[in-house]
Amino acid sequence: MSMLPDADFVFIAREVKTRSGLVLDAEQAYLIETRLSPIARREGLASVAELATAARLRRDERLIWQITDALLTSETTFFRDRAPFQTLRNQVIPELLRARGGEKLRIWCAASSTGQEPFSIAMMIDEMRAEGRGGDIEIVATDISERVLEKARAGLYSQFEVQRGLPIAMLLRHFEKAGELWRIADRIRAMIRFQRFNLLDDIKPLGRFDIVLCRNVFPYFDPATKQATLEKIAAQMSDDGVLLLGAGETTGNVTDAFAANGFGAGFHTRNIAARAAA
Amino acid sequence: MKTCLVVDDSRVIRKVARRILEDLAFHVEEAGDGLEAMAACRKAMPDAILLDWNMPVMSGIDFLRQLRRERGGDAPIVVFCTTENDVEHISEAIKAGANEYIMKPFDGDILQSKFIEAGILTQEAA
Repeated sequence: MSMLPDADFVFIAREVKTRSGLVLDAEQAYLIETRLSPIARREGLASVAELATAARLRRDERLIWQITDALLTSETTFFRDRAPFQTLRNQVIPELLRARGGEKLRIWCAASSTGQEPFSIAMMIDEMRAEGRGGDIEIVATDISERVLEKARAGLYSQFEVQRGLPIAMLLRHFEKAGELWRIADRIRAMIRFQRFNLLDDIKPLGRFDIVLCRNVFPYFDPATKQATLEKIAAQMSDDGVLLLGAGETTGNVTDAFAANGFGAGFHTRNIAARAAA
Repeated sequence: MKTCLVVDDSRVIRKVARRILEDLAFHVEEAGDGLEAMAACRKAMPDAILLDWNMPVMSGIDFLRQLRRERGGDAPIVVFCTTENDVEHISEAIKAGANEYIMKPFDGDILQSKFIEAGILTQEAA
């Protein structure tokens, strides 16, 4: 495998971190090579090293964003990890709806990738409504990458994608066949507002949220970025709001803005005591 | 150890499924069509059945309808595994009593995910 010259690696790592928070370390040189090769080819450049040099010398913003986007991980599935969705459906959402007494509940999928996460939530809420347990719920789904948002907005999934995490009954209820692909029902798609958003930016314009899902993002951030982002999220959440991180993720090592709660792995609530003490 | 009966007229598919299921700690039995599968079930009801649709002698859907009328035939978790991938076939399978449905081609991840959906595997065991 051709190795990227140090100066190019340092440049790419710095630009990607500045734009997305993603930290690349030298052991991930293979990732850079495989993810960036298609861009180099598309640009008519002979290698990833040439691509890096071109982006560095030209300071080509469009190219640097393409590089950043290609290095972000978009891996996701419907109902990823299963258990947290059951907890949301059976405990978190009903409890918050009750606490709001008819007022709107706002849910934010903060790194929604190709849409499986917000669509899983929307399907769940649709089924809760059918059971008479629904309520006024708004879902905002954001991602830094236009590429994945485009796929999410289209709501089209391959046969492989709809067979990972999605029960067959839900496929029948919420999708229709579109050639070789499966399209999510308009009824479900209409429940979600997709929007490009960078977690490094000011969160205030998105408004306040009662439930925030930010799963499998922070493992890619350094501690300082993780802390700043978590504290910005906390500031936009209702006092009884619930944060869901990925399996095995915690907030405790960087901030006391949140505390783990009784809902299970990944679930956190705002740590109001810590805020009062501060 | 749970038993899974793999019903498919393709020896290759049976072999692939066997390897995946044995990795998931199933004891695997095989049948080449619906009639053979019925005979196997009458001898000993398996915990799970991975079922092809189009097979000679007796199709998967005919087998399933008959199975669900057998004594003890409501017990096995039945997961279809077929190239039929349209809404009509899937609906017909669910109506006939299938618990889950895999559209071929499949891999270990899909099979495992579907067996978890069907409740024959737990996430922890996976």
